[in-house]
Amino acid sequence: MDLLSLFLIVPILTIIVLVFSKGLEKARFISMVGSLVQLGMSINLLFAYLKERTINSDIMLFTKDLLWFEQFNIHYAIGVDGISVALLLLTSIVVLAGVFISWKMKDLPKEFFISLLVLSIGVYGFFISLDLFTMFLFFEVAVIPMYLLIGIWGSGPKEYSAMKLTLMLMGASAILLVAILGIYFNSNADGGALTFNILEIAKVNIPIEAQKLFFPLAFIGFAVIGALFPFHTWSPDGHASAPTAVSMLHAGVLMKLGGYGVFRVAMYLLPEGAIHWSWVFIILSATGVIYGAFAALKQTDLKYINAYSSVSHLGLVLFALLMLNKTAWNGAILQSLSHGFMTALFFALIGMIYERTHTRDITKLGGLLKVIPFISVIYVIAGLASLGLPGFSGFVAEMNIFVGAFQHDDMFYRVATVISVAAIVVTAVYVLRVVGIMLMGPVKDDAFLNLERVTWFERTGILLLLIPIVGIGVAPLWLSNMILESLQPFIQGLL
Amino acid sequence: MEFSNFLLMRHEIVLLAIIVLLVVAEVSIPLKRKSSIVDLSIFLFGIHTALGFISLDSGNLFGGMFHTNGLIHLFKNILNVGVLVLLLQSADWLKEKIIVQNRGAEFFILLFSSLFGMYFMISSGDFLMFYLGLELSTLPVAALAAFEINKRQSSEAGIKFIFSAAIASGVSLFGISLLYATTGSIYFSEIIETISSSNLTILGFILFFTGLAFKISLVPFHFWTADVYEGAPISIASYLSVISKGAAVFILMILLFTVLKPLIHVWENIIYVIAVATMFIGNLFALRQQNMKRFLAFSSIAQAGFILLGMIIGNQLGTATIVYFTLIYIFSNLAAFGVVQAISLETGKERMSDYEGLYRTNPKLSLVMMLALFSLAGIPPVAGFFGKFFLFTAAASEGYYLLVFLAVVNVTISLYYYLLVVRAMFLRKSNSAIPYFQNKIYMRLGLVITVIGILILGIYSPLFDYIFELSSNLN
Repeated sequence: MDLLSLFLIVPILTIIVLVFSKGLEKARFISMVGSLVQLGMSINLLFAYLKERTINSDIMLFTKDLLWFEQFNIHYAIGVDGISVALLLLTSIVVLAGVFISWKMKDLPKEFFISLLVLSIGVYGFFISLDLFTMFLFFEVAVIPMYLLIGIWGSGPKEYSAMKLTLMLMGASAILLVAILGIYFNSNADGGALTFNILEIAKVNIPIEAQKLFFPLAFIGFAVIGALFPFHTWSPDGHASAPTAVSMLHAGVLMKLGGYGVFRVAMYLLPEGAIHWSWVFIILSATGVIYGAFAALKQTDLKYINAYSSVSHLGLVLFALLMLNKTAWNGAILQSLSHGFMTALFFALIGMIYERTHTRDITKLGGLLKVIPFISVIYVIAGLASLGLPGFSGFVAEMNIFVGAFQHDDMFYRVATVISVAAIVVTAVYVLRVVGIMLMGPVKDDAFLNLERVTWFERTGILLLLIPIVGIGVAPLWLSNMILESLQPFIQGLL
Repeated sequence: MEFSNFLLMRHEIVLLAIIVLLVVAEVSIPLKRKSSIVDLSIFLFGIHTALGFISLDSGNLFGGMFHTNGLIHLFKNILNVGVLVLLLQSADWLKEKIIVQNRGAEFFILLFSSLFGMYFMISSGDFLMFYLGLELSTLPVAALAAFEINKRQSSEAGIKFIFSAAIASGVSLFGISLLYATTGSIYFSEIIETISSSNLTILGFILFFTGLAFKISLVPFHFWTADVYEGAPISIASYLSVISKGAAVFILMILLFTVLKPLIHVWENIIYVIAVATMFIGNLFALRQQNMKRFLAFSSIAQAGFILLGMIIGNQLGTATIVYFTLIYIFSNLAAFGVVQAISLETGKERMSDYEGLYRTNPKLSLVMMLALFSLAGIPPVAGFFGKFFLFTAAASEGYYLLVFLAVVNVTISLYYYLLVVRAMFLRKSNSAIPYFQNKIYMRLGLVITVIGILILGIYSPLFDYIFELSSNLN
C-alpha cells in the first residue's frame, strides 16, 4: 500500500470500527487511536518526503495513477509536494487535538467522531489529489459533514448557521464545478486528450479568452471557503455555532482548502487569467484583511472575535498569493499553516473557557489569569503569535508576505500593501484588548473562583497545537525551504 | 418469420405469461390464502428480472414495428429491477390494505400491464407502436392511482391523472398525424430520410413532444404531478416518478437522437428553455412543501430538468449520461419513497414535521433516507454525484456553460430542501417522534437493494463504460 492512499484508508477503517462500537469511552478511544495513526503517518510522510526530495526532482512525489472513468479520462491520481505535505501534517495534528478536546462529547458521541473523520477524509483527499475530479469530490466530502456537526452538536442559532454555511460553501463548489468543466474542455488546446490531471493541464496553453472567463469562477469557487470578502459571512456564524472541535477543524483546516485550491488550481492552471483579474481580487482580499480586523475589534463574543480575525488572516493568504512573487507565496503558505495551528488553539481555549464559565462574552469575564492560569497563559501566547510577535509562526509568515508584497513598486500594489500592513496594528489592538479585559483585572464573578482544573486530555490537545507554533517561529528555515522548493513549478508557470 | 425471432420479445412474452398466470392464480387460490398472491407475484417477477439479464440479440420484428438492441435491452432490465424493488417495498402495504379487499391480483395485473406497455413503447419502431405502448402504459396507472377506493383523495388523483393523460395523448396523437402528413410515413427508419424542418413538421413535433413531456412532467406540463402523487397510493406515486418517468425519458431520448435528429437546431432550443424552466419551477415549488409526497413530486420534476441537460447535446455521450443518471435516479428515488412508504404504513404520517427526531428512534431508516436525499442532491461519494457530474460534463462538452451554471445554481437550491428533511430527522429533537419499529422482511430487502445501488453505482466505473459502449447502438 502506498504512503498516500493510507491517508484515506486509515480514517475509513477507523469509521468502520466506530460503527460497531458502543458508548463514549470506546468511541473516543478508537478515534484517538485512529488519529494518532494519522499523525504518525503524516510525520512519517514528512521524513520520507524530505529524504526522497534529495534524490528526486519531480514536481510531485509518491505519485500513483489509476484509471477510473475511462470515458472522461478521470483518474485516481495522487501525489504530494512540500506544500501538501505541510498541510497534511497540519490536518493530522488538528484532528488529533480535536479528538482530545471533544473527549467528553456526551450527545451521540459515535456519530460525532464519525462525522469528524469523514471531514478529515475529505481534507486529506483534497490535499493529495492531482486530479480535478477527485479534488472536487473530496472538497464536497469535506464540506457536507459540517452541516451535521454544527446542526446536531452546535449551540445558539445552530440550524441557521449550519444551513447558511452549507449552502454558501456548496454554492461556491457549484460555481467551481463550472470552472473545472471549463478547464477540462480546454485541456486539449495543444492537441492532446482531454484531461483532469493538474500536472498535465499545467503544460497546456489554455486559450486566453477561456482563462479570462473561468479564472474568476475558479477563484471565487475556492476563495469562498477561504473567507474572501464579501463571501465570508458564513464563517463567523458557522464558527460561533459550532462545537469546539468543529470550530478548530473548520478554521484550522477546512478554510485552508480555499487558499490551496486557489493556488493549485485557479492560479497554476489559469495563469493569464490570474494576471488579468488579480487587481479585482487584490482589492477584495485587502478589504477583507482590514475589514476582518476592524470587525474583530468591535465584537464581544470570543468566537466572533476569532472568526473575524480568521477572515483577516486568511484574507492575507489570498492577498499574498495574488502578489505573484516567490517570497509572498512562501509567506502565504506559512501563514496558512501558522493560522491553522493558532486559530485551532484559540478555539480550543475558547471552548475550555466557555465550558468552565458558561459565557463567551468578554465583558462578563475578567481576571481569568488568577483562576485558570494555564488556559490564560496559553491564550496570551496564542494572542502574541496572532499579532505576529517574533519567535512565533505568525511573525515568519507575515514578514515574508509583506517583504514579498513590497517588491512591487507601482502605486496600486504599494497602497494595497500598506493597507494590509495596517491591519497588523489593529490585530494587536484587538488581541491585547481581549487579553486586558478577560485575563487581567479583578475576578468579576465569584463563581469563577473555583473553576474546574485543566484535565490531561485538554493539556495534550493544547500542547499538540502549541509545539508547531513555537517550532515554526523558532526554526522556520527547514519548513520554508521545503515550501520554496515546491514553489518552483509555480514560478515557471506564473512569473 | 422464424419462431426464434420471437425470442427478441422475450421480456414481453414472459411478462405476458406472468399476467396470464396471475389471472389463473386469482381464480384458483382460495379466499383464505389470498395473501400468497403477493409472494407469488414477487417471486414470478423476480424470476422474470433474473431472466432479463440473459443477453439478447439486436433485431427487428413485424416489419420494423418492434425493434430491440443492447441499450433497449439494458433499459428494460433497469425498469425490471426498479419494479422489483417497488414490489418489495409495497408488499406489506398490499398485504395489509389491499388483500383484505381481495384486490391483490388486480393490482399486479394492472401494474404489469403498464410495464408491458412501456416495453413496447421503448421498443417501438414506428409511431403506431409507440402510441399503443404509451396508452397501454398510462391507462392502468390511472386505475392504480385511484386504487385506495375508500380514500377520496385517491379517486381524485385517478380522475386528475386520466384527464390530463387523455388530453396529453390526444395532443400527441395529433402531432404524430402532422408528422405523418409531412413525411409520408409512420416508420422511424423512413421518417429519418424524409424529415425536413418545414413549419408543419415543427408544429407536429411540438405537439408530439407535449405527450411525452406530460409523462416526464416537464414544465409547463407538470401541474398534475403533485396532486396525483399526494392522492395516489405511495407505491403508485413511486411508480409514476421512477418507472414511468424513466421509460418516457428513454423513449424521448431515442426519438430525439435518431428520428428527430435532423431537427436538432429546433429542439435544442426548446429543450434549453424547458430545462431551465423545469429546474427552477420544480426546485422553487419544492422549497415550501410539507407533505413528503408532494415534496418528492416537485423534487422529481426538478430532477427531470437536470436530465434534459444530457438530452440537449444529442450524441453518444448524452445517451450514456442520461441512461446512467436515470439508473441512479431510479435507485435514489425508490429509496426515498421506500422510507416514506414504510413510515406511512406503520404510522400513517406523511408530513415532514412528523420526521422530527427520527434518527434517535429509527437510525437505520433515517440513514437510508439521508443517503437517498444526498444522492438526489448530488453529494459525493454517493451515486447521484457521479450522475449529475457526468450530465453537466455532457452539456458542457457542447459549450452549454450558461446552462450548466443555471443547473448548478439549482443544485444549490435543491440542496436546501433536501437538507430540510435531514434537519428534521437528525437535528431536531421531538417528544412525539415516530417510535421505533421494525420493518418486515420485504421492505427491508427493498431498502437494502436501493442502498447498495446508491453506494455502488457511482463508484463502480465499469458500469458507466458498459453503458457508454451500448450507447453507440443508438447513434
